[in-house]
Amino acid sequence: MPITKKDVLHVADLARLALTDTEIDLYTGQLQRILSYVEKLSELDTKGIEPTTYTVPLMTVFREDETRPSLPREEALGNAPEEEKGCFKVPKIIE
Amino acid sequence: MDITSLTIHELSERLKKKELSSVGLTKEFLARMESVEPKIHSFITVTANDALEAARHADKRLAGGKDITPLTGVPISVKDIFCTKGVKTTCASKILADFVPPYDSTVVRRLKDAGAVILGKVNMDEFAMGSSTENSALFKTLNPWDTSRVPGGSSGGSAASVAAGECAASVGTDTGGSIRQPASCCGVVGLKPTYGRVSRYGMIAFASSLDQGGPFTKDVRDSAIMLNAMAGHDPRDSTSIDAPVPDYASFLGKGVKGLKVGIPKEYFIEGMDKDVEAAVRGALEVLKKEGAELVPITLPHTEYAVAVYYLVATAEASSNLARYDGVKYGLRVNETGSLMDMYKRTRDAGFGGEVKRRIMLGTYSLSAGYYDAYYKKASQVRTLIKNDFDSAFRKCDVIATPTAPTAAFKLGEKVADPLTMYLSDIFTISCNLAGIPGISIPCGFTKDGLPIGLQLLGKDLDEGTVLKAAYSYEQATDWHKQRPRL
Repeated sequence: MPITKKDVLHVADLARLALTDTEIDLYTGQLQRILSYVEKLSELDTKGIEPTTYTVPLMTVFREDETRPSLPREEALGNAPEEEKGCFKVPKIIE
Repeated sequence: MDITSLTIHELSERLKKKELSSVGLTKEFLARMESVEPKIHSFITVTANDALEAARHADKRLAGGKDITPLTGVPISVKDIFCTKGVKTTCASKILADFVPPYDSTVVRRLKDAGAVILGKVNMDEFAMGSSTENSALFKTLNPWDTSRVPGGSSGGSAASVAAGECAASVGTDTGGSIRQPASCCGVVGLKPTYGRVSRYGMIAFASSLDQGGPFTKDVRDSAIMLNAMAGHDPRDSTSIDAPVPDYASFLGKGVKGLKVGIPKEYFIEGMDKDVEAAVRGALEVLKKEGAELVPITLPHTEYAVAVYYLVATAEASSNLARYDGVKYGLRVNETGSLMDMYKRTRDAGFGGEVKRRIMLGTYSLSAGYYDAYYKKASQVRTLIKNDFDSAFRKCDVIATPTAPTAAFKLGEKVADPLTMYLSDIFTISCNLAGIPGISIPCGFTKDGLPIGLQLLGKDLDEGTVLKAAYSYEQATDWHKQRPRL
């Protein structure tokens, strides 16, 4: 299936990337090429085969519910681009 | 004799006998770094003061004669993907250029506890995405054997810093070959443990079902020493395996008599590099001479591994990298005051080309209407690849292959075409998809004097047998004693 510029714009929006026009053209071609390559997988019949998402058995891990010290607020906010009153600050989200 | 060319176990002996002090040793490595860094460019951050402080502490420990490990007082480097408390951790990305973690990754914590002296943080492909370290947003690292060539990647700084004698050992991460391929390119030993053997806590995530930390060393004994310090269950990583950790050094020197070494026909393909093929076939003869039995095996789904990997890894990456949004840490670009605009501009300005390409591919393959055709299909083929290994390991104890199809390539040679770059990982990717351990050890040189790597793969949690076979080969040869002239 050919990838169109419209597809790339849609995916960029989902991925929260403000791509430049040059990037959009570049990725349209490159994604097309990579996806043509992975088309190879359709040669295989995988009906009824369980997918592997992790190679170790994933189980819910339990532990005692003990109180332990957590990161001090100051340190947790240490890398924040902007903070106010002990919180991460973001641009206004409600008009 | 130049002590910066010595192994961990050689240095440790001298430290224990008080022939050296850790402070003296640390200064030697810092001086070596000063002389070779202008040519190699391995280090993003050098932590000389912290290193000297750790060395003073190690010297006290050594003087007391108590609680000494083979790593006590030994200087190492750390890939800039492992969080280090109070020390900048960039992942070689502009989006994390000023990020200073408030905690240590488990790997770093354990190495510090063992008494290792951390000299600094080394270069890599941005977010570990690449095979040449050319995708670092900061600078390029060069191969100590030939500075017109790449050191491999993504852990190129780790491999180059060990090969150039800037440290005794390093730690890196391997998602599709990012430890083994650069180890092969730089003529050092690189080990990717079983998925879950080493904690991923504090290791910046690329593809969570594939990422695994492991050591870079100058020989196989050092690899066992490093794994001893790094391995083990961590309650902070729910995928870390709760299994006993054997003393990996105890496997060494037991020989390979009767060991069955599987040779997969799919890894010896027509048109492969002649020097690589000759070196690897030569290595197989050495193993045979040492008493191993060579068994032909087949891994029939090998040709699909790259396609599976680039769907699975990018899907996981697109989700993992969603956290870089300019809110909690890292870069923020906020020109218009709109939240959505801030997310998008921050991410466009902060991520490099390869990272954006992979986020795009991963987002596409997970998006509505494509999930079954891409991500699910790839995960099913991943099962077939894992089954191939399960069948093969019923006939053999380890599998031997080339680590990479060629020796180190020229800077810029594969930059323009992402797919060609992806194909440099064809021999290393299946191991991550199956979750099994793998090592790359030096097994010769090309006519141009570039190192070649032999890859040995093992069963789940059977690093011991992998190290035993690697050690046996290494002791019968002297490739691991070669050092680049700088």
